[in-house]
Amino acid sequence: MSAKRIHTSMQIAPYVFILPFIASFLIFYLYPIISTFIMGFQQVYPGQVEFIGLQNYQKLNNPEFKVALFNSFRYTVYTIALLIPIPLFLSVLLNSGNRNMNTVYRSILYIPSLVSIVVAGTIMRLLFASSTKSIVNTLVVFFGGEARQWLLAGPSQAMILLLVLALWRWVGVNIIYFLSGLQSIPEELYEAADIDGASSFQKLKRITIPLLKPTTIFVTTISIFGGFAMFEESFILWAGKPSPNNVGLTMVGHLYNKGFQEGEMGMASAIGIILLIIVFSLSLTFLKMFGFFENEGRR
Amino acid sequence: MARIYMGKRKMLGKHVLLIVLCCIYLIPLYSLTLAAFRPGRDLLRYGITLKTLIPTDLHLETFRGLFTIRDGIYFTWFGNSVVLMLIQTVLALFFSSFVAYGLSVYQFKGKKIVTTLVIFLMLVPIQILILPLYKLMITINLIDTFFGVFLPMIVSPFAIFFFKQYIDGIPRDLIDAGRIDGLSEYGIYFRIVMPIMPPAFSAMAIFMSMQSWNNFLWPLIVLRSGTKFTLPIGLNTLLTPYASGYDLLIIGALAATLPIIIVFIFFQRYFISGLTSGGVKG
Repeated sequence: MSAKRIHTSMQIAPYVFILPFIASFLIFYLYPIISTFIMGFQQVYPGQVEFIGLQNYQKLNNPEFKVALFNSFRYTVYTIALLIPIPLFLSVLLNSGNRNMNTVYRSILYIPSLVSIVVAGTIMRLLFASSTKSIVNTLVVFFGGEARQWLLAGPSQAMILLLVLALWRWVGVNIIYFLSGLQSIPEELYEAADIDGASSFQKLKRITIPLLKPTTIFVTTISIFGGFAMFEESFILWAGKPSPNNVGLTMVGHLYNKGFQEGEMGMASAIGIILLIIVFSLSLTFLKMFGFFENEGRR
Repeated sequence: MARIYMGKRKMLGKHVLLIVLCCIYLIPLYSLTLAAFRPGRDLLRYGITLKTLIPTDLHLETFRGLFTIRDGIYFTWFGNSVVLMLIQTVLALFFSSFVAYGLSVYQFKGKKIVTTLVIFLMLVPIQILILPLYKLMITINLIDTFFGVFLPMIVSPFAIFFFKQYIDGIPRDLIDAGRIDGLSEYGIYFRIVMPIMPPAFSAMAIFMSMQSWNNFLWPLIVLRSGTKFTLPIGLNTLLTPYASGYDLLIIGALAATLPIIIVFIFFQRYFISGLTSGGVKG
């Protein structure tokens, strides 16, 4: 092969390599986003489309949408409040002492994330079953509480169920993220702190938590996306039916109902766009707040 | 690697805490295992009770339901899940590593934009795009086909990112040596780079098979006929207020979960590395 031919092929080759990504991006990401945006301004009937301006967005000014927005927001805030400190604390425990035991603990806590949501949701339904004999109700009564119909009782009970499910499934995953962050903290820092006579708590506060900032930012960002995208959990818990008073309705659930059950494509698209805007502005604000972009620039 | 040195008493406290926590975390799967050998009508009526958790009076014949209920449709679903998992994983590994190679070794116009886009798309939840994607599948006639299920998944931004990091670590001399030997750019990828990637492939293969195995929302939307369902979609249809559904649902859920846990126990290392390298490094 002549030098010139190698040179030309090296200029073309990179584009051939990235072609699958470009194609998939255009077809499966860009096109859907643009078409959602356009459909948001349309009334879509089978075989017929009408431009209706902002009406879809105006129609969203209804109690159902507000409940969905509120539920998704609440779920996101609570999952972040629980799924950062708890895994962080546990990962610090798991980063010291007997390695073999730590691996066993870590694996057991991680296994729930491998279970399909259909299976996980079904088990939760059965553990939290309405009958007074169900295991959760038995425990509640044992500790002096009252047996409840967890799935039907109300917004707080519904949220508790969703959070228990989230804690069960995701603590182990976040532990792994934090452990990998912990492993990048130089040992010398702790040794120096020991020489200075620092307590465990001081070391945690002054070394571990500040140096885990990149991991914490990463975990928070995926939690924001995951929290607002939550749908499958409540879909399975309420067996695909609407929950009483919409206690388990989320943004994506609302989108699914409008788009796939009621055939309101326009409204569903409007929900999708609002969801996209919320999620991106929240995570951008968050990344900015923590100086993520500055660091990137400096590097 | 004792980072924070603990006294004996603290150490004991740590183990007590973690053992209690692990026991609590195992309850759901322990319950599932025992519930699978109980009559569906009791489960439907009472849920999982204290009595369910005591391993006596097990009806071991429930597993026969996997073969008999609805003419053994369970194994059709199981087979569909396996087929889809294999196709999706193999294609995703190939295409994602192909793209990653291009992004890693070449300098070209637009490289920065594409790399940023990959990272950005890792974060976009597919749930938001399901509606237009569904319309697209109708237009190109892929509703109720396996093609429709795996096509949007085969170029995975997450896998591209993962493979790019791996290829970044391969010495450039190796690639230049290939050029000197007269291999084409693609020849270098297929003959030199791919053969040294099995560690990265296995980590991603495990990670992606698991995702495909558990994938729920997208197949729920694409697949229509009962004989094409995957396990999660099939099991979901059994969540009905009828005991006969529960007979298959619970034993089926157990049979769908056990293979993943067994694979996890043997290939733990790959699960963990597949997960963390997509995240942050320090």
